[in-house]
Amino acid sequence: MDSRRFDRRGRRLPKATKIVVAGGFGVGKTTLVGTVSETKPLRTEELLTDKSVGVDDVEGVEAKSTTTVAMDFGRITLKDEFVLYLFGTPGQERFWFMWDEITLGALGAVVLADTRRLADCFPAVDYFERRGTPFIVAVNCFEGSRRFELDEVEMALNLGEHVPIVLCDARDKESCKNVLVTLVQHARKTRREKRPVEV
Amino acid sequence: MTMSDPEQEEASKGLPDAEPEGAIVDGDESHERWLDEQAGPLVRPYVMTRGRTEPVRGTFDLITMVVATGLPAAPELGMDPEHQAVVRLCEEPMSVAEIAGQLNLPTVTVRVLLGDLLSKGLITVEDPQTEDELADDDDLYLAVIDGLKAL
Repeated sequence: MDSRRFDRRGRRLPKATKIVVAGGFGVGKTTLVGTVSETKPLRTEELLTDKSVGVDDVEGVEAKSTTTVAMDFGRITLKDEFVLYLFGTPGQERFWFMWDEITLGALGAVVLADTRRLADCFPAVDYFERRGTPFIVAVNCFEGSRRFELDEVEMALNLGEHVPIVLCDARDKESCKNVLVTLVQHARKTRREKRPVEV
Repeated sequence: MTMSDPEQEEASKGLPDAEPEGAIVDGDESHERWLDEQAGPLVRPYVMTRGRTEPVRGTFDLITMVVATGLPAAPELGMDPEHQAVVRLCEEPMSVAEIAGQLNLPTVTVRVLLGDLLSKGLITVEDPQTEDELADDDDLYLAVIDGLKAL
């Protein structure tokens, strides 16, 4: 079963896995990624090629300012043999083909929400619901956010009752860890329900 | 051209040979012409891969892990400085996304370079699990939860 490769010093190549961090522009995606990552978030750019334009209906790509789509991501080495990557979704939500690429094979997704601009996270919620990707909603508490707002968020998003909603501070490491642990626990439960474990 | 202009620097970051707008680029012998007047910033990444957009081998997910095998990326093997830069970077295991981020290259370019390196046996790769495999790998979920808690 374990067919992992070894490098030339006989070490195993680590198993890589990833989590997607989505949400509206300026909600704190890159802040969250940077807070828990071991290094400063890196940025990777995808070129918009004819191929991607042909496959996905992306409007406006002919404009020069959109010849590349940037994504910020960070790395967390959990143990020698496990590496977790956190990918922030591209700021421009029309680049769905990029969402597909970073979501494929992900453990799950964190949808970051800001109660002052809650509607900004709707597209992300829709996307993961439709795709069947396990996700949780993390409400980034900018100063002054209060507990009762969680209930409002829950009502406004009209999520299935099984989708966890948590408060967080994207600048605080413990808080971000809690978000990620909550997500992975939720994802584990969801996957097991979907695929009964063989005995 | 003043290189100290921050906007100019930002625009040409990682693309030092970007052609001015409207440039027409002739492929060496291939009579390939890129007539898109917006294609200026695209010139260098594609020149680096000799116009190729697909790797000769491998698929290379963003989190496919790559490590150098230790064989030299010799010019006799058709390896360019960019290939050598990737090999140097991959002394330690690194994902495709990290290679792209570190070298400040678009991922499409990095995938082509990695395909060349894989076909010459200069790198070893480990693709991530598919979603079906993930669903069956409860140990992975538990390891990630434990690892996160221990951070």
